[in-house]
Amino acid sequence: MRVTQGSFSFLPDLTDEEISLQIAYALDRGWPCSVEYTDDPHPRNFLWDMWGLPMFDLKDPAGVLLEINECRRAHPDSYVRLNAYDASYGRQTTAMQFIVQRPAEERSFRLVRQEAADRRISYTLEQR
Amino acid sequence: MEFGTPKAVEDLPPLTPDAVVDLSQERKDARTDEILNALDDDLIGLVPVKTRIREIASLLLVDRLRARFGLTSAPPNLHMCFTGSPGTGKTTVAVRMAELLHGLGHIRKNHLVTASRDDLVGQHVGHTAPKTRDVLRRAMGGVLFIDEAYALHRDSDRDYGQEAIEILLQFMENHREDLVVILAGYRDRMDEFFAVNPGMSSRVAHHIDFPDFDLAELESIGRLMLAENGYALATDAEPVFRDYLALRSTQPRFANARSVRNAIERARLRHANRLTATTDRVGRADLMTLRPEDFLASRVFATERPEPGTPT
Repeated sequence: MRVTQGSFSFLPDLTDEEISLQIAYALDRGWPCSVEYTDDPHPRNFLWDMWGLPMFDLKDPAGVLLEINECRRAHPDSYVRLNAYDASYGRQTTAMQFIVQRPAEERSFRLVRQEAADRRISYTLEQR
Repeated sequence: MEFGTPKAVEDLPPLTPDAVVDLSQERKDARTDEILNALDDDLIGLVPVKTRIREIASLLLVDRLRARFGLTSAPPNLHMCFTGSPGTGKTTVAVRMAELLHGLGHIRKNHLVTASRDDLVGQHVGHTAPKTRDVLRRAMGGVLFIDEAYALHRDSDRDYGQEAIEILLQFMENHREDLVVILAGYRDRMDEFFAVNPGMSSRVAHHIDFPDFDLAELESIGRLMLAENGYALATDAEPVFRDYLALRSTQPRFANARSVRNAIERARLRHANRLTATTDRVGRADLMTLRPEDFLASRVFATERPEPGTPT
């Protein structure tokens, strides 16, 4: 099952050129980029592992793409995503975030039901 | 000064094999002459440097044309090494180089990252690689200027400089289209550096030697600096300024243009002191004009003509 989250989740995966253009867009707005990876793409798992520190003071997308490729090489079977953080006052949030690598074979989720007191049913997603 | 980037080759129409291109029109479109003439006007002397820059500019122009004919070639190796005495303009040219290469469309960003040994070499095992990579990453798309590059190498087993050099070499080889590295340093020290790092020497295509300025050039530099700061020499101060430069250049620790700058700084100091001490009413001309006594009070003249009664 194809995991979708973040910006451009409705699009096919971006190519490296398209990723570069998006990075250039972020850098032009002064949003520092960072790379994160995980093997657990559960929607509730929003804290992925950081690949190095966020990259401040970068002006050119080539530097960010370099780190993305390093991360891809080190974790070929993980999900890798790019974050662009807008630190401006009043926003101070992730401005853009998208997946730049997914494993060749993605695992899917299934719905788990649990019966609780008074015939209430709790639902949760479980990775298969 | 901003020149903007020429159009990317991809945006221009491709040329048919039998097309003929007007080179002078191309030069105009790429604004090569405009950029080079600005450089000529702003930098005095430095003939070998300017010649090499002209050659590089032509190469980039021709490469663009070749690309439009569909002739592919590897991105040119533009890594440079600037050697020369102190104050011969190595740093100044490096700063201009980023602007120039951006104007000629070789690098994507008009930015220069300056690094020295401290920025590249770490303190303990495993510290150097991330540090060097961080600097290189920041410089991507522009120019990385490593001042006093010979300091990277130290003759010691426990030094991590060599590790930084190796990472640097790898980047210089693999990211030619993303990064231009400029090394700078004094000539003899750089020669020693290349002797122990032959790989570095061969990966730098352009070894440019900065000659010392002659007296006439120093004088024009001095005039340019004065004009930039809104000062002028009084007519009778001109020979004094010339004498000053002639004397100073024979003394030890003469640092070419940097010494000229310092001389002017001190003359400004004396000029201000003279005005506050001697006059109550000053006009615009007084504030602008440096007089002979502003230079004559210098230590340089003192050694030449010891005043009576002062021990030498």
